[in-house]
Amino acid sequence: MGNVKSGQIVLEGSEQGFATTRFDALLNWARKYSLFQYPFVTACCGMEFMSLNGPRFDGLARFGAEAPRFTPRQADLLWVVGTIVQRQAPVLKRVYEQMCDPKYVIAFGTCASCGGFYDNYTTVPGIDKIIPVDVYIPGCPPRPEAVIDGLMLLMDKIASGRRETPAIVKPHNDPVGDRLVTLGKGSPRELEIGPQSRTRDDRPNTPAHAFLPKKAAT
Amino acid sequence: MEPQDYDIAEDDLALPAEPMRINMGPSHPAMHGTIRMIVDVDGESIKNVDVQIGFLHRGFEKMCERGTWTQVFPYTDRLNYVSPMICNVGFAMAVEKLAGITVPERCQWYRTVLSELSRITDHLTCNGAMAMELGAFTPFLWMMKAREHVWDLLEEETGARMTHSFARIGGMAKPPTPNLKHRVEEVLLAVEDILVECEALLFKNRIFLDRLQGVGAISAAEALQFSWTGPTLRSTGVAYDVRRAHPYLVYDQLEFDIPVGSDGDNFDRYMVRHEEIKQSIRILRQCNKLMPDDGPIDVTDRPEVVLPPKNDVYTTIEGTIQHFKLIMEGAKIPKGEVYSFVEGGNGEFGFFIVSDGSGTPYRVRIRPPCVFTLQGFPRMIRGHMIADIVPTFGSVNMIGGECDR
Amino acid sequence: MSQLLLDKLKARFGERILETSSFRGDEVAVVAPTDWLDVAQFLRDDPACDMSMFIDITVVDYPEREARFDLVLMLYSLHKGHRVRLKTRLADGATVKTVTPLWAAANWFEREVYDMFGVKFEGHPDLRRILMYEEFEGHPLRKDYAADRTQPLVPYRPEAKDKLAPFRADEGMPFGRRDWSPRDDAWKTDDIAHNEEHLAEAIANDPAETR
Repeated sequence: MGNVKSGQIVLEGSEQGFATTRFDALLNWARKYSLFQYPFVTACCGMEFMSLNGPRFDGLARFGAEAPRFTPRQADLLWVVGTIVQRQAPVLKRVYEQMCDPKYVIAFGTCASCGGFYDNYTTVPGIDKIIPVDVYIPGCPPRPEAVIDGLMLLMDKIASGRRETPAIVKPHNDPVGDRLVTLGKGSPRELEIGPQSRTRDDRPNTPAHAFLPKKAAT
Repeated sequence: MEPQDYDIAEDDLALPAEPMRINMGPSHPAMHGTIRMIVDVDGESIKNVDVQIGFLHRGFEKMCERGTWTQVFPYTDRLNYVSPMICNVGFAMAVEKLAGITVPERCQWYRTVLSELSRITDHLTCNGAMAMELGAFTPFLWMMKAREHVWDLLEEETGARMTHSFARIGGMAKPPTPNLKHRVEEVLLAVEDILVECEALLFKNRIFLDRLQGVGAISAAEALQFSWTGPTLRSTGVAYDVRRAHPYLVYDQLEFDIPVGSDGDNFDRYMVRHEEIKQSIRILRQCNKLMPDDGPIDVTDRPEVVLPPKNDVYTTIEGTIQHFKLIMEGAKIPKGEVYSFVEGGNGEFGFFIVSDGSGTPYRVRIRPPCVFTLQGFPRMIRGHMIADIVPTFGSVNMIGGECDR
Repeated sequence: MSQLLLDKLKARFGERILETSSFRGDEVAVVAPTDWLDVAQFLRDDPACDMSMFIDITVVDYPEREARFDLVLMLYSLHKGHRVRLKTRLADGATVKTVTPLWAAANWFEREVYDMFGVKFEGHPDLRRILMYEEFEGHPLRKDYAADRTQPLVPYRPEAKDKLAPFRADEGMPFGRRDWSPRDDAWKTDDIAHNEEHLAEAIANDPAETR
């Protein structure tokens, strides 16, 4: 019996050379590593989507979700990247309806999730007004790290087979909580970084940039 | 065996063809997601194109009339989201023109540096995407790598990777970081390396050259009739650059060349952008030498417009009141209307702003340069093949946020 | 420099130039709607003006005025390097001649003015909406069009209606802002009214509110 635990299947008996599992668990396991995406890219978030595909983050190929299919009939993951306006809404609905089941939808960015600060006559306040959404990725635009997080949330959902409630990418640490600790005098956080928190103007003059090629760092 | 049709005339062999109307977009990989084209084709050749925009109309101008002047900055970021810093600076300059503010010299240098960095990202993205649409995926990935270097620098300076919202009326949100010049030099070296690599990949590539050269050509007279500006106009041979024709910020103290093309075809547009990256690098090197290391960034003598220093807000009652009024009511910009313009990634990026003396803009109007280019698109593509739409549309550098606003 | 241009216009048209002004280096000339095309033609063809480049055409809406629309045409001379703004005042429903024959670039921008403000241009080759869809009623950039009044093309999913909007309309807007939108609320779509009911219910049931 396949044991579904936090998105990973532990296959019983795999150390003996064979394994048994439930068929749908096996199917879901296979499905989550072979997503075929349809990028519905409209706006600013597309720039971060390019970065996500780029060499530094490589955020799709690593998860088996790289191959784009520009016909919805061959895709099972719909990325809605950017603002959807009322004029675009019928197109989005039609693309979604043409996809074959099982189909998954990721709302990339704040505009796709809730309309963002475009609260006006032309913008759809979130694509969930038109099509169901599996994962929301907030951010304007979200950083590629957040998108990778969202993709992993979707993979968890596929593996577990539970899709009733949508998932939302959230910060791992509470940034406000962090800062509150530094305010107290003599707190462990304060001792750790010194009496003054480092502000912009007294930052040390060390570039220390990991991503630049050696030749450039003269 | 002898061919059966050796004595049939050439005309009889032709299949009967009648014009056909096909639809491209709005969700089409080559249409950048937001353009719909109704193409009339005769066989493979294009007779006419009806370009439809508006699939990303987000109501920029209406939203500006609802917030304060400062609250417009996040919206300007999302106009030309490939070079957001230029839009930021452009809007700040427009409001400053209306209010009669001159920002300190160091701020002008800082704005120039950030604008030119943004221009590099703009042209890298356009050229990379254009190469990718022709099947050259490697240069695209490498140019994305170069763009990541520039974005890292912009993130260190402004706090955001692409939507910075960093300019303010009468200054910038923060002073430059101490190691700005050092980092600029590092990033420029990295970008230059990548440019050389991409040149080696593309400029001897037969497929790339054949699909660009001689395709989508337009004459200078026609381009001017459509009011083109920016790299697309310069590719036809007209050396109109706002930075040179109407110098703003500190561009009159900088040496740079204006690259121009001769044919106005796709290859010229690609090369003009490619060369402009190098000129931006040249400008940035000069900025590194000439930019003062000390001095104020924000104007200090206009309390009705510029936020007081944070120290005063917390310690003095005048500072608190000034801060409160500026945040809750907005900066009171004097009554009037001005048109101010900068050289954006796609050409003359203009702001026509009207103030009624309150803290809210009465009207903000953008002159979007890429709409003008797109309007000339049917003229460029007529008579070419369907497949030529892809590189030609790529060379227009249509940016949805700016085009549809 | 451009002041000469205004003088030239006045010398040529005399009383037909209603007003001229110069503010922060921007020169403006105001004409009557009937003179719109004539003055534009002169600006383009006169060798001293030589306004070869169309920059922009737009409208500023002043709903309290009788002639509520300021139609603004911006021009630039590529060779001489000077700019001018030509203005005319139009009442709601009034038309003006198109400048598309003079500058081909004006085509889409006059369509946009028609789309956003409802100003019609006589003799325009292809006057239809450009940014909004054909089904859209009204002209969204007029001051009296409520900014958050949507006209959806596809009906919203019933599941989405139960979600509360994070803010009510006009929440977080600056003090002292003039609000032009009609407040009769007749335009409100069902789901917004539905949301507001929910919101009132949620506030009534919230123990923190009653305390």
